[in-house]
Amino acid sequence: MAASRSSTPVLKDELDIVIPTIRNLDFLEMWRPFFQPYHLIIVQDGDPSKTIKVPDGFDYELYNRIDINRILGPKANCISFKDSACRCFGYMVSKKKLTRDSLECLIAIVPIDLQYVFVDMIGNFACKTMNLGKYFIVDLTSLQSKDPTHADALCSANKYPSNRKGLLSPLFPKNWFRIFIESFIDMQVAKDPSGKEINALEQHIKNLLSPSTPFFFNTLYDPYCEGTDFVRGYPFSLREGVPTAVSHGLWLNIPDYDAPTQLVKPRERNTRYEQALYPNSTFAAFSVQDTDHIYIYSFLRYVDAVMTVPKGTLFPMCGMNLAFDRELIGPAMYFGLMGDGQPIGRYDDMWAGWCTKVICDHLGLGVKTGLPYIWHSKASNPFVNLKKEYKGIYWQEELIPFFQSVTIPKDCTTVQKCYIELSKQVKAKLGKVDDYFNKLADAMVTWIDAWDELNPSGSSGKLPNGAAK
Amino acid sequence: MRNPPTLLSLAIDSAVINFCRISDLSFVPEHILLELFVGKVFLRFFIKVVQSDCIRDVTATGTIEVEIVNPERMSQVIIKDDEVDIVIGALQSDLTSFMEAWRPMFSRFHLIIVKDPDLKEELKIPGGFNLNLYTKSDMDKVVGLSSTKDSKGELTDAVAQHITNLTTPATPFFFNTLYDPFSEGTDFVRGYPFSLRSGVECGLSCGLWLNLADYDAPTQALKPSARNSRYVDAVLTVPARAMLPLSGINIAFNNELIGPALLPAFRLAKEGKFRWETVEDIWTGMCAKVVCDHLRLGVKSGLPYVWRQERGSAVESLKKEWEGVQLMEEVVPFFQSVRLSEAAVTAEDCVAEIAASVTEQLGRANPMFARAAEIMVEWIKLWKQVRSQ
Repeated sequence: MAASRSSTPVLKDELDIVIPTIRNLDFLEMWRPFFQPYHLIIVQDGDPSKTIKVPDGFDYELYNRIDINRILGPKANCISFKDSACRCFGYMVSKKKLTRDSLECLIAIVPIDLQYVFVDMIGNFACKTMNLGKYFIVDLTSLQSKDPTHADALCSANKYPSNRKGLLSPLFPKNWFRIFIESFIDMQVAKDPSGKEINALEQHIKNLLSPSTPFFFNTLYDPYCEGTDFVRGYPFSLREGVPTAVSHGLWLNIPDYDAPTQLVKPRERNTRYEQALYPNSTFAAFSVQDTDHIYIYSFLRYVDAVMTVPKGTLFPMCGMNLAFDRELIGPAMYFGLMGDGQPIGRYDDMWAGWCTKVICDHLGLGVKTGLPYIWHSKASNPFVNLKKEYKGIYWQEELIPFFQSVTIPKDCTTVQKCYIELSKQVKAKLGKVDDYFNKLADAMVTWIDAWDELNPSGSSGKLPNGAAK
Repeated sequence: MRNPPTLLSLAIDSAVINFCRISDLSFVPEHILLELFVGKVFLRFFIKVVQSDCIRDVTATGTIEVEIVNPERMSQVIIKDDEVDIVIGALQSDLTSFMEAWRPMFSRFHLIIVKDPDLKEELKIPGGFNLNLYTKSDMDKVVGLSSTKDSKGELTDAVAQHITNLTTPATPFFFNTLYDPFSEGTDFVRGYPFSLRSGVECGLSCGLWLNLADYDAPTQALKPSARNSRYVDAVLTVPARAMLPLSGINIAFNNELIGPALLPAFRLAKEGKFRWETVEDIWTGMCAKVVCDHLRLGVKSGLPYVWRQERGSAVESLKKEWEGVQLMEEVVPFFQSVRLSEAAVTAEDCVAEIAASVTEQLGRANPMFARAAEIMVEWIKLWKQVRSQ
């Protein structure tokens, strides 16, 4: 595969990818072109006697439960067992500036899947006369098998146009959303004027390296993106922005819903329409308009924007597609006590998100959400999820007002100090909700101790000049 | 735990998808109708149907007589056409091409056309519209726009999208990462508190612009060929206490709830006719946002897009005084920190209180602010007067 033409730095020596897993990592094959340049930190949850197979050619370090206990000693009890929350151990031991989280259930982002199809389709087109205005329909879920002939078979089995013949389908409703995959075309057939990147990792890097704007909402979203800017009325004094600490990406296909929503809407995919034509699949249709542009019409709701979450506003941070600047905010990325032996699960990333946002607001750092998208293919069992989450569903009604009203004193100028202060307030105000929060508050302190022990130079959590509020 | 689907349930599933196209349900056996309407899975759908006024009679005995009155209305939001006014500001005399372009969207509604007081010529307006023409008082500026064409060359209906925005709830107290949860195909994400999921009423819907974005004169002068071609398929609620620049181009609002706040009170001494020579909408927007935040109403931003044509020269505008830009720097901290009292429960009250704060805090330093506050107070008086007739 050709390397994409890129003006975004690769940051090979400054980025780690943390992967919590309980299984073999064959999925890495699919990510190889994007992950291979980077160092991986694999945190093996569950039974440490099991050997995790990592495909060849990756540069990684692996930690299982035994390693965690050895490295942290008595402090290891703050790292959850049998829950993806264990990933925060990876953040702690990383030596790099930026961290990208990657859960094994991710298969690939939409463009990678489409790219595979395109190699085939473009090959066909390139040697024939282009027929303009034709449409092709492909079942994206079938691409998990990475076999385009399978997609073909699906097309004919369902009696809609095959992706080779290009018949116009009247089935599709009128208002499709159009994804313009430009750099993709650049790789294969035609030149593209803007060279837009669709590599998820590169988008995260872009997000983290450009400023955020938490103090005033820009209606054209991220003003540092190509082709956009600050709108009229945006105060000039705020146009420099602040450093970005967190880049929160989203997911196509299966949305990140809680258990009750999953139960009511088991078939919902992150789409433009209430129900896709064939509920268990997600489709895209491709139209070749001219030699330079291939339009991809999709049911998928792809919102082409990155934006800063304003100061003072909380949001649910999903850990599936997350990148952050370890030096700016690392110590706040603690995912709590979840999983085995704990009364709650599936709130690890929520907890980290609320703490992180409050601290970012206090320190004048930015949190972005939006692009990049990844393709979420594995829906978890809603009944299992309900069992894990139900306490959280009640507790969050207390937690949200707590986080919305928390204030951190001015003399807390590092992330660690803010975090310790938060832990005190958690104990004081949430301890009465449930004893779990007393334990959690203690674990938060243990986490910071462990972090400082493993990161002694004090370079992480240092404040950019003049940003304390 | 779950039984495998039966032929019956598969048929029901498929019927539900195509439900709105069926105009006569009398042939459907009762027990199937019951499954459709009483089963929990379809409860939401049922609620939508009931609210849409399509069901003639629902009896308490468990039997339901259903007559689908108007299949098309099932998927529309329920706002009667006579509840919508479209206000058009006429800055140029020949409105023919503009109105013809928007005819498909505008012809159902009542139009209020307000002629620029400085415009000398008579307005040329094509026939076939239900309209009232006003030649004095201020207005929203809409001229210079056409509706966006999507890839198929079909016009997107900006009015319908604004109506949808205003009639679905807003969520200003917690940010939903999948944007507007009341859109089709999306919902609240995991971690969103349930107590906040019913949302609040939306007071203001701010649309965006393709082609020429609403940039200020310096930006436009620096990047004369910049065009906004990025179509972001989302509506989102601007969180409470977050300020935003309101553009007077392409907005819709709930007149009953926040009408009094939408007054361009802040006039620059050398204000020009082109959008980037004014800041009155920015001022108005911040007032409106403060009012909405205080009254717990929502402000949405995003869709719909309109397509903006080229007008004027940014560099020429730069040569004029743009003190407005400097002045706005001062007002931002003011708006971010102004707090209204518990006693302010209507938009009129809120605007009056803001005006008082403006006089007190900003008016001393600069008479333009004092003047703006005066205008706001006068406007409230006028508003109450006109409304009470």
